[in-house]
Amino acid sequence: MSILGTRVVRTEDPRLLTAGAIYLEDLRLPELQGAAYATFVRSPMAHARITEIDVSAALAEPGVVAVLTARDLDDIPDQSGAAGAEPLLAVDVVRFAGEPVAIVLTEESYQGEDAAELVSVDYEELPAVIGVQQGLSDETLLFPGSDSNVVGKGGAESFDDAAFAGCEVVVERTIVNQRVAAAPLEVRAAAARWAEDRLTLWVSTQNVHGVRDQTAGRLGLDPGAVRVVAPDVGGGFGAKIGADRETIVVGWAARRLGRPVRWVETRNENLMGMSHGRAQRHTVTIGGSRDGRVAAYRLDIVQDCGAYIRLGTMLPNLTMLMAGGVYDLPRIETAYRAVLTNTTPIGAYRGAGRPEATAAIERAMDLFAAEIGMDPTEVRRVNFVAPDKFPFTTKTGATYDTGEYAKALDTVLEAAGYEELRAEQRRRRERGDPLQLGIGVSTYVEITGGGPEAGETARLSVHDDGTVTVWTGSSPHGQGHATAWAMLVQDELGIPMDRVTVRHGDTDVLKEGVGTFGSRSLQLGGTAVHNAAVEVKERARELAADEMEADPADLVLDVESGTWTVRGVPGQGVSWARLAERAGPDGLSADTKFATNQATFPFGAHVAVVEVDLETGRPRLVRHVTVDDAGPVLNPILAEGQRHGGIAQGAAQALYEEVAYDEYGNPVTATLMDYTFITAAELPSFELVAMETPTSANPLGVKGIGEAGTIGSTPAVQSAVVDALAHLGIRHIDMPATPERVWTAINEARTAQ
Amino acid sequence: MTITVNGEKTSHEVEDRTLLVHHLRDVVGLTATNIGCDTSTCGSCTVLVNGESVKSCTVLAAQVDGDEVETLEGLAGDGGEMDAVQNAFQQKHALQCGFCTPGMVMAATSLLRENPDPTEEQVRMALKGNLCRCTGYHNIVQAILSAAEGIR
Ligand code: FES
Ligand code: FES
Repeated sequence: MSILGTRVVRTEDPRLLTAGAIYLEDLRLPELQGAAYATFVRSPMAHARITEIDVSAALAEPGVVAVLTARDLDDIPDQSGAAGAEPLLAVDVVRFAGEPVAIVLTEESYQGEDAAELVSVDYEELPAVIGVQQGLSDETLLFPGSDSNVVGKGGAESFDDAAFAGCEVVVERTIVNQRVAAAPLEVRAAAARWAEDRLTLWVSTQNVHGVRDQTAGRLGLDPGAVRVVAPDVGGGFGAKIGADRETIVVGWAARRLGRPVRWVETRNENLMGMSHGRAQRHTVTIGGSRDGRVAAYRLDIVQDCGAYIRLGTMLPNLTMLMAGGVYDLPRIETAYRAVLTNTTPIGAYRGAGRPEATAAIERAMDLFAAEIGMDPTEVRRVNFVAPDKFPFTTKTGATYDTGEYAKALDTVLEAAGYEELRAEQRRRRERGDPLQLGIGVSTYVEITGGGPEAGETARLSVHDDGTVTVWTGSSPHGQGHATAWAMLVQDELGIPMDRVTVRHGDTDVLKEGVGTFGSRSLQLGGTAVHNAAVEVKERARELAADEMEADPADLVLDVESGTWTVRGVPGQGVSWARLAERAGPDGLSADTKFATNQATFPFGAHVAVVEVDLETGRPRLVRHVTVDDAGPVLNPILAEGQRHGGIAQGAAQALYEEVAYDEYGNPVTATLMDYTFITAAELPSFELVAMETPTSANPLGVKGIGEAGTIGSTPAVQSAVVDALAHLGIRHIDMPATPERVWTAINEARTAQ
Repeated sequence: MTITVNGEKTSHEVEDRTLLVHHLRDVVGLTATNIGCDTSTCGSCTVLVNGESVKSCTVLAAQVDGDEVETLEGLAGDGGEMDAVQNAFQQKHALQCGFCTPGMVMAATSLLRENPDPTEEQVRMALKGNLCRCTGYHNIVQAILSAAEGIR
């Protein structure tokens, strides 16, 4: 029986559970002996001109090795750059609170904080641009010399109002998809060492190869002169995708000092300096007929980029691409403007652009349903792309591979007991229960493993002791690649997974790779491993044929025992160890790169059930039921884990989390006490229902699962809160649906009645 | 100061301001205990002091002079075999990146010593001070309930 599809517990875990993982801060390598500790001096202001930096007091402190500013970066190319380009250390102007201005290097880690306090920076305050409204007004420009804070535009040049002319019903609404923090539990950290004109950089990252190339680019080095190593990584969620400016500065400082440098930020710095996610304002317009058919949908996006363009213009492009969701809409119009503001730059965060698209269309569908008085599940059903229409090309240019949207919805409604939930809701309304029930439904499609020629690398070697090493370019941070890749090897080669070692996260060991993000790993990285195994198997067939003096076509691999035998000849087989020995060192190896232009489109449906306390406005998620179809599941344990984590993060955005600034641009959520992280106490256990619709985009038939939970759960939970209050005439509440916001909505609705 | 860490006595000079978590990591050399925040909110640094769970980032090393400290490294048996809680964490896939895990396991250990028969609600409340960004808590809660069953 194939091991694929079975619940295999992770091979990674015993080490993590007994000794703990080795994260960046845990590295005790001889190469890092004598390292100086880096502490960044960060701007306390959102927008200001730097008139003077005096480092003398700091330099006089015990243990201070150096204090370096932008002025010292004279040995690396171009620091000025165009509007939106991010310098390594602030040059003349700071553009967000928390922006690094100087780096302090000390003998001991405790000394850094003290010395950083003593770096005296004179700031001349400039008006802060906070929020997209102010950004768009262009009253204050972040980059003098440019004529606008708008650094990116796309989609329709202008909208055509005739699009809605024939509609019986048109609803328009502005919806906020708030700024949130990825906040992986392990903050950002790096260590650097130069030896023989080569930089070794240890980084807590999702893709070592990307960090290598970006660091080399910024420092003006040949990529071959940089080696990047990721030890265990304590979460990333998209925000550890690239080489952050601090990481590059740490690499540069190690050269300047001629000794290794280590850096780990504090949580406070993490919440101010690491890329934030989402931060889009949507104006949705949806029109159609009273029988539920939607005729036209318009999505106007304003992306808050923060102070510099990290991924701030890529995200709205993805949002536009996925704007139509699971619906067969005759007309879709989209446009975006990306605008700079004096806040932390925006980057990828779990789903990066797709949760935003889904939140917008799903809220729009609900608003439309409420307007025509139809059940939200009915409106969806009427507009779904029918199963016989795949591959389906949307009006925004995405080609969905496969989908069974109505089936996903029916399955989840049945599992949730939708009719009974509605009946319970009616009962509570009738008896005027202070605890009202809300049912939120969302259906979604997302894009995974996309991008032009998206690919991933692998190398596989069978050794003469019968063990296997797999090197993968897909560098994980908790997804369980070691287990999954070993399962793929066992399945193809019959070599038990406990004899398979998976290695990743070192650019010297595997020179090419892409990384782990965007739910791409299994379909691209897994396929590369699978293909490498197939290649090795074919070579082994030849070798076994030689060994047994038989025709290669007659050789069969018994995957149960992991031996090769000649068909119809019982008795002695030949083992992998023997073949590897025969092949010589590296003889039974394969290097592969799997690349494809074809993205996959996982989909699903979520039902969230919340109770809203009418007295206090407090919503509580009491049930969450999902179908997340990402094709055949390699290991249900891993897939469920990804779904759980995603659901929690989506629910957190809907109910609790928001990065906020005051009008001067001071972050008011810069600690975990203020940034309302979701805890076990706020969540129920989740109810997951399985469904598998394969894709033809790769030989495994698989799609990505890492972001599905987040994409589906956010609008479901938000809608559930609104739904609990629908009888009061409430149609929408922006995220996060905090008790205060919900209470205000209730109060306003009651006064209006 | 002298403390017993995972059954072994260790004596060191410490600075007044050294936090227990730094002492454990940098002086004693046990790095499983992690630091995830600077406001005592995340629980990544949870260890047991005289059997009670504490956030080792809020305690000075000097304060635990003479005490017994348990960290993740001390839970497994001499042959490395995992205890009931560790086992349940693996079986129920209660960890992904593993960063919160040492703190979670220690918090769970302390909970089950105090209350060997917790309800799901009690487990969830007991974990309020331990943040996990990866697992959605679902499997952590299941693991602790199943460990409790195993221990009973
Ligand atoms: S590091 Fe101690 S609670 Fe976060
Ligand atoms: S497993 Fe990653 S934070 Fe909990």
